[in-house]
Amino acid sequence: MIAVLKHELSGYFHSLTAYIFGAFLMAFVGIGAMIYNIQQAVANFEYVLSFVSLAFVVLVPILTMRVIAEERKQKTDQILYSLPITSVQVVAGKYLALLAVYFIPLCIVSIYPWMFARYGEVYLPASYGSIAAFFMMGAALISVGMFISSLTENLGFAAGIAISVILLNYYSVSLAEHVSSTAFGSVAVLWVLSCLLGVMIRFLTGDEGLAYGAAFVLIAATGAAYWIKPELFEGLLPELMKQLSLFERFYTFVSGVFDLTSIVYYCTVIGFFLFLTVQSLEKRRYH
Amino acid sequence: MITVEHLTKRYGEFTAVDDLSFEIEEGHVYGFLGPNGAGKSTTMNMITGCLSATEGRVKIDGYDMFEEPDKAKRLLGYLPEQPPLYMNETPLEYLKFVGEAKGLKGRELTRQIGAVICQTRLEGMENRLIAKLSKGYKQRVGIAQALLGDPKIIILDEPTVGLDPIQIVEIRDLIRQLGRERTVVLSSHILSEVQAICEKVLIIAKGKLAAFDAPENLEKLFLASRGISFVAEAEADEVEEILKGMEGISAWQMKRAEDGNVCVEVQIASGEISDLSRSLFFAFAGKQKALLELTAKKANLEDVFIELTENDMPEAGMAKGESKESEAADQ
Repeated sequence: MIAVLKHELSGYFHSLTAYIFGAFLMAFVGIGAMIYNIQQAVANFEYVLSFVSLAFVVLVPILTMRVIAEERKQKTDQILYSLPITSVQVVAGKYLALLAVYFIPLCIVSIYPWMFARYGEVYLPASYGSIAAFFMMGAALISVGMFISSLTENLGFAAGIAISVILLNYYSVSLAEHVSSTAFGSVAVLWVLSCLLGVMIRFLTGDEGLAYGAAFVLIAATGAAYWIKPELFEGLLPELMKQLSLFERFYTFVSGVFDLTSIVYYCTVIGFFLFLTVQSLEKRRYH
Repeated sequence: MITVEHLTKRYGEFTAVDDLSFEIEEGHVYGFLGPNGAGKSTTMNMITGCLSATEGRVKIDGYDMFEEPDKAKRLLGYLPEQPPLYMNETPLEYLKFVGEAKGLKGRELTRQIGAVICQTRLEGMENRLIAKLSKGYKQRVGIAQALLGDPKIIILDEPTVGLDPIQIVEIRDLIRQLGRERTVVLSSHILSEVQAICEKVLIIAKGKLAAFDAPENLEKLFLASRGISFVAEAEADEVEEILKGMEGISAWQMKRAEDGNVCVEVQIASGEISDLSRSLFFAFAGKQKALLELTAKKANLEDVFIELTENDMPEAGMAKGESKESEAADQ
């Protein structure tokens, strides 16, 4: 794992990736700090981070699109399979390297609140709490981007899908107000999601029986639950969309609450997508 | 050293490798021969743990590749068909990564990198970008990578494809050198190459093992196709007369060359090739006719190969054309 981590890091710092990512992140934070903290003289650094969070839609795909797709394209993934290291070690090494590239500009950013505090009243716990949450949110988005990169060998495709997924997640709360909140609407969406899950299982494991079985069981279960207790599904879809939003959870921190459940949620998302990435790498071994 | 038992790989309906079993012993150079699409690369990928098997097992020095991949992989060095090189790195950086991933550290890592660079003659190239290196040097970086960690077995998938003749000779020398200390398994669809380097040959056709023997023994399978060809400075009827008076000849074909000499191909019915060559020589010498060329035609590996693969391959004609072509390119 250490070998992969070192190798990836040297790759990022030999190419422009790390610098472009860092420069853009710092530029956005700089503009935000300029507008909120300096021109409008607001003492809350959290607002800057909330302003910057939209930049992740572009920044994360820039960082993650190559991470596995490039290996597939250049056929260098063969060496990773033939070396005495496991897929878990490969994924962990690559992910930690991405986190390091993300962590370095954030370290510089975290000087800002301290600097502002020298010239006025800044509530530092809220600022640093938000920076920690900002890091966790980015880490979760990076794990999503890494998984998407592991699905294809086309860099443009990896970037495009990552951008649309993150954008969808960003707007999911505003979209939630426009989707159907009736019970049947929720059930219909759950059915579609069950089918999608089936397709994903089919794609990752190649086991058709398991895929159809899982999709069928989920569809039957939601159908039965709807038939017995339809009020259970009332407004479920918009609620679900709000709950799944990585960005919405970050705004809790911005309003000054250090919400541990959200941190746990971020960790769960990271674990889930890293697991899927490992499966995606292993699937390649099984074809 | 390598034990393969009932190895099978299926992709849906298609069977790429079909119930393959063989054993590879320590300290020889083995050749994996077969037309394109015969399942060579698939088999090699399974032996090295890059691909899972549908059925069967692979044991490397007693360690099962699918159950103890960590231990088994440490005994192997593998160069896939397309060398897996990171183009924007230098050979030194690349070898450092592979060495570290193989568990080498500190002074031992530096020592081994120096040793493999020396062995593959990469000196002077180690700080250039891999993308800028010639194909031959890229291949050497690939081989150097396989040598790191001092593995007992080196597996090379088509190591000379796409190289120019001088590079091919150099890579072959390197492989022969490696074969002195380690077990080397290489795949190829070029017969002359396998004939030149390997001590044992495995012929694969349609995912099945068609033959496993030394190249010389495989040739012996085809004694029937033996013959002698010669060029005589004489008239056709004079040659006819001499041949009619000789024993052990079953048939012959004659052709008049542009310079007036006669080219003859003789099929041998019985006896040793050397005896017949001797009596041919004296027969012509006795009539004051000069022999300008005299060649004993032994069955070469190519004939063996075509014979074996033709048996159950309807498209053998294609394989034949291909191997001829690649050999022509090779020479």
